[in-house]
Amino acid sequence: MVSPTLALPFERSGSGRSILPVEVCGLSYSAGDTHILRDIDLVIDQGGCTVIMGYNGAGKTVLLRLLHGLIKPTTGSINWALDLPRPAMARRRAMVLQHPVMLRRSAAENVRYAMKVHGTSTRVREERLTRLLAAAGLTLLADRPAAVLSGGERQRLAVIRALSVEPEILFLDEPTASLDPASARAIEDLITNARDRGTKIILVTQSVPQAQRLGADVIFIHDGQVAEHVSATKFFERPASENARAFIKGSFVA
Amino acid sequence: MFEFSEAFTIAGALIASGDADLFEIVALSLRVSGSAVVIGCVIGFPLGAALATYRFTGRTVAIVVVNALMGLPPVVIGLLVYMTLSNSGPFGWLQLLYTPKAMIIAQVIVVAPIIAALSRQIIEDLHVRYDEQLRSLGVHGFGQLRTLLYEARYALSTIVLAAFGRAIAEVGAVIIVGGNINHVTRVMTTAIALETSRGDLALAMALGIVLMCIALIVNGTVVAMKRTEPEVAYG
Repeated sequence: MVSPTLALPFERSGSGRSILPVEVCGLSYSAGDTHILRDIDLVIDQGGCTVIMGYNGAGKTVLLRLLHGLIKPTTGSINWALDLPRPAMARRRAMVLQHPVMLRRSAAENVRYAMKVHGTSTRVREERLTRLLAAAGLTLLADRPAAVLSGGERQRLAVIRALSVEPEILFLDEPTASLDPASARAIEDLITNARDRGTKIILVTQSVPQAQRLGADVIFIHDGQVAEHVSATKFFERPASENARAFIKGSFVA
Repeated sequence: MFEFSEAFTIAGALIASGDADLFEIVALSLRVSGSAVVIGCVIGFPLGAALATYRFTGRTVAIVVVNALMGLPPVVIGLLVYMTLSNSGPFGWLQLLYTPKAMIIAQVIVVAPIIAALSRQIIEDLHVRYDEQLRSLGVHGFGQLRTLLYEARYALSTIVLAAFGRAIAEVGAVIIVGGNINHVTRVMTTAIALETSRGDLALAMALGIVLMCIALIVNGTVVAMKRTEPEVAYG
């Protein structure tokens, strides 16, 4: 959890109170006739790492996009503890998309771009860039075009690009899917590092070991609804629902 | 019958000797078409990007119109500009007819729709791929438009060259609004048309060679730029 000596990112930047906890009330999302999410009620607190799990197509990505503000709920509401205008909100909530798009410029320029959007001063920008590139092991690749980086390198770049604005919340949508164990480990290190610096992590993952390593609490989504939202220990030791039990075991449910 | 080899020899000598008339014509061609492409880009790129990214009523109609304008024959554009700029036309008081400025105006109308229509297509494809990522980074509206123009820079520079190729090779519009006046509005294509009809095939051929060289350079540049474009990893 957050050590009291470490200031939260938004406090470091001197912009006041936290936008967390966030309260999700009666949230539904439909695309045409398809109900993707139904009657979601959730409270997500400050600090630590919340893991969202569930089968493919359960609605995890949609929930993340709703929380990030990329799409609007069909019904229901998402109430942040602090309601800020859009640009300020964008700086507080960063996301690593399931398929991050890299701009056609160097690795370093990709990270600079994200910071420039929010008017970070040149001095702070270069300072952070150096630190983040080093943390991601990308210092030597800084001037390479982002498009020629390997899958693992690109994913690390996507994570530090999202972290470069020092967000209060970082959403990650299966950031280690299709990565080798070493690359996945590197991503996890970046995540835990950000978490320990006070950034709230909301992570969608299919990997039970990863969820056990990182998660403080688990939200299990099944068929567009929240089946469980409990502490990670409880979820993995005594999952309440049959679906969650089957999911953890990796067995098939109809 | 006139011999090809003879024409080429005289043409070569004209070019090698740096014939003043020849170079005046080439210089005016480059100036007129170059200016037209620059102005065409200033109009065409933002228009194309706006059509690609903004959703507004009448957008489809606007796209159809721009695409249709792309196929408009230069002679027709020349005629319309002529009517507008002639003494009895709405802009007759500007006294621009039969000046290089009139030729630039006509060629802007030739190339701007090409630039707008082609860049719209490229930027729209890019927008589909980038939109969610850019919004996630907090980039909206005009900021997205600027970023997409920069991201599409390689493809867009190909469009610039294509537009320039079209402008420099075009004869219909410039001959109507320029009038092919010696030392004033005579450009390569109008000179070729005139010298051929007058029987001075050597000068016509010399100009033709210059024009072909320009076409080769432009197309060579297009290929070279395609080569240097970094591979795009996300399809």
